[in-house]
Amino acid sequence: MNVMSRIIPPASLPAGPPAPGLEAVAITKRFGAFTALDAVSLKLRPGTVHALLGENGAGKSTLVKCIMGFYRPDEGAVVVDDREVVIGDPRAAQTHGLGMVYQHFTLVPRMTVLENLVMARASVPAVIDWRAERRRLADFLATMPFAIDVDAPVATLAAGDKQKAEIVKQLYLNARVLILDEPTSVLTPDEADETLGLIRGMALAGRLSVLIITHKFREVMAFADDVTVLRRGRLAGSGAVADHTPDSLARLMIGDSSTAVPVERRGPAGMAARLRIAGLRADDDSGLPALHGVDLTVNMGEIVGVAGVSGNGQVELVQVLAGQRAATAGSVQVGGEPYRATRAEMRRHKVHCLPEEPLRNACVPGMTVAENMAFRSFDEPPITRGGGWLGGWWLDPAAMRRAALDLIARYRVKTTGPDAPIATLSGGNVQRAVLARELSREVDVLIAANPVFGLDFAAVADIHAQIVEARNRGTAVLLVSEDLDELLELSDRLVVMSHGAIVHETTPAAADLTVIGRCMAGNPAHPVAPADGQRQPAR
Amino acid sequence: MDHASLGWWGVPLAVLAGAIRVSTPFLFVSLGECLTEKSGRINLGLEGTLVMGAMSGYATAYLTGNPWAGVLVAGLAGSLLGVLHAAICALERVNDIAVGIALMLLGTGLAFFLGKPFIQPQAPQLPAIPFGWWSGSAQVRSALDINPLFLVGLALAPLLLWGLRTTRWGMVLRIVGESAEAARAMGYPINRVRLLATAAGGFFAGVGGSFLSLSYPGSWNERLSSGQGITAVALVIFARWDPVLCVWASLLFGGAGALGPALQSVGVTQGYHLFNAAPYVLTLAIMIATSSSRHRLAGAPAELSVTR
Repeated sequence: MNVMSRIIPPASLPAGPPAPGLEAVAITKRFGAFTALDAVSLKLRPGTVHALLGENGAGKSTLVKCIMGFYRPDEGAVVVDDREVVIGDPRAAQTHGLGMVYQHFTLVPRMTVLENLVMARASVPAVIDWRAERRRLADFLATMPFAIDVDAPVATLAAGDKQKAEIVKQLYLNARVLILDEPTSVLTPDEADETLGLIRGMALAGRLSVLIITHKFREVMAFADDVTVLRRGRLAGSGAVADHTPDSLARLMIGDSSTAVPVERRGPAGMAARLRIAGLRADDDSGLPALHGVDLTVNMGEIVGVAGVSGNGQVELVQVLAGQRAATAGSVQVGGEPYRATRAEMRRHKVHCLPEEPLRNACVPGMTVAENMAFRSFDEPPITRGGGWLGGWWLDPAAMRRAALDLIARYRVKTTGPDAPIATLSGGNVQRAVLARELSREVDVLIAANPVFGLDFAAVADIHAQIVEARNRGTAVLLVSEDLDELLELSDRLVVMSHGAIVHETTPAAADLTVIGRCMAGNPAHPVAPADGQRQPAR
Repeated sequence: MDHASLGWWGVPLAVLAGAIRVSTPFLFVSLGECLTEKSGRINLGLEGTLVMGAMSGYATAYLTGNPWAGVLVAGLAGSLLGVLHAAICALERVNDIAVGIALMLLGTGLAFFLGKPFIQPQAPQLPAIPFGWWSGSAQVRSALDINPLFLVGLALAPLLLWGLRTTRWGMVLRIVGESAEAARAMGYPINRVRLLATAAGGFFAGVGGSFLSLSYPGSWNERLSSGQGITAVALVIFARWDPVLCVWASLLFGGAGALGPALQSVGVTQGYHLFNAAPYVLTLAIMIATSSSRHRLAGAPAELSVTR
């Protein structure tokens, strides 16, 4: 892996006053009876990169939000540049030179980079002279290692450029302590290395102190000086990165609790094509083409992983297969028959779907767990009752409840009961409930999109095991994910999607991360020879 | 000169005159609604605001003898209704569309109740500016008797466009309407911005209402507005949330509304009611032609609940 580690700072960077350090001292934060943070301390040395590691729910975000003034800690103090400060809101954090880049972009998509940056300042003149502001920003950018088109609407930028724009915004606001929340989760490996390399360069030059929230050990090892690990709201360990290995960090993160052993893929993938997509095209929400002729085949008993940076047509592909979006051209076949994602066809071909954001895409939040679990089966016996011409008109709520209780037990869904609205469940349990509904019946084709996004280790292992088990039973699985590690672990075959087309195909064993990264970024070093003219995105 | 001397030329002239006269309330209400919707909230109550503005403006003009005082009071009454809308919508889990419909009923009902004593008396009118003084034709002269409020509205549109693009206030308003999350991250007070935008929108709609009762022929009665406030809300969508396009949309709508009477004046009486429906048919046709089931409306503020 070509990691631009330990970058030498460019000599051209002007040296301002050295960046301040940041210290969180014994911070405790309670939400009602729940203690989210228990006397956690963290010390970010001036001019260094500090990684904050932990599982989802370990308290990383809570700690950072206490520092940034979103939350008021119940106990403890924040120290900037050896002085204790009280930060009441994010604006106050800005005046102390703290800047945060959020996991989700906070730029206004339809406004230009210039408009976004100017409006983020603490004081904006009543009438804005855009020409003068543009000149000033260009002068500022000339002193930065980041190149960015300031007149482009943010919505048109690639994910990597959006992330850079977010970072530039904080620097433009005079941030000397930069906090990055999972900064590389939407970037290709190359984009991530470039961005983190530039940040590290600025830290080494003494212009910045950087705190990075992450769960990627590779980035911690390559770009961070110090590390702090949180587990269930407590400090699990801290120290210099040089004293740690990825294994020791992983042990600190998950503790002694044993995780589920990953289920092995058993037997070779089948040869019979189950799902066949040919020349598929579709438009996105704004009516622009999002899929430019996707060709893809998934065999029985095979997991095909679709890698790619989000926004390259994966969402639209899953929506077409799930019946949420109409294709404009091309064909989808399941088991040799045309498939248009009607309910009757889904049932006949046993096509099941695990979409991303299941609460939004696969549930009715206000309906109960039992009702949501019955969406596939409520119109068949045993849940429907009555015969003759009235057959299928009457529901049997008791049967629905019994079926739900069975699924809740089998898939270990944590809920107060089958009658609780599904929106009251945690993300992992909503995911489990949907998984229970989709996998408890016979499944020939499973379409899963980012199935473990935002879940903790236990839930991830659980859901991965279910998917692999389905594959071992002969299900054809199309797994769309932004997490390359997940795809490399689970897939039999791996394809890369970029600009609405499949641009690369490989197997996890033969995968070359550099090539995959370049394909994800849309510029393969060795362009895949298109089988026909339709493969390439129509520009 | 009389009607017959202009013959069929009277039709386009009457349509033009109608466009200018009828469009004024549409113009003010749509500009106000445009401003409100740019902040990410929709106020369907502007029909009530319009009627309330007509009543309060007329009453004030009658009581003070000054029609411009009426315009001001109409605007203030409109802002008051706007503030009420924004204050209710600031509560959690309140739907702005439902509140708007409630306020529409409240506004009209309140205006009918308070306006009973003012149906009979005659209040002073806003003086029209005779732009047709150069012409010998009575028709041309009456067509070019232009109400000053129309000119104010005409000037307001580019001013709003400029303000939304280049002032801090305009930018903050748009950020709040485009991305509440970004606005929160930048520390802008979302509810306060929306309150001010809704109050300003209500002011404009109130002024538009005063035009109904204080311009020629000038009277207050309960049939003054026939859904013009609601139509103006639709015009904003039609104008793609652009204040200057709101002017053109209002003129087009006003002109189409004048088609029926204009044709009648030259003796075409068949299908009179059909021609009166022209504006609605036109709106429907344009909306169908420019919309699609597959993608969002271009230009819609991203936080607007109806387009999300």
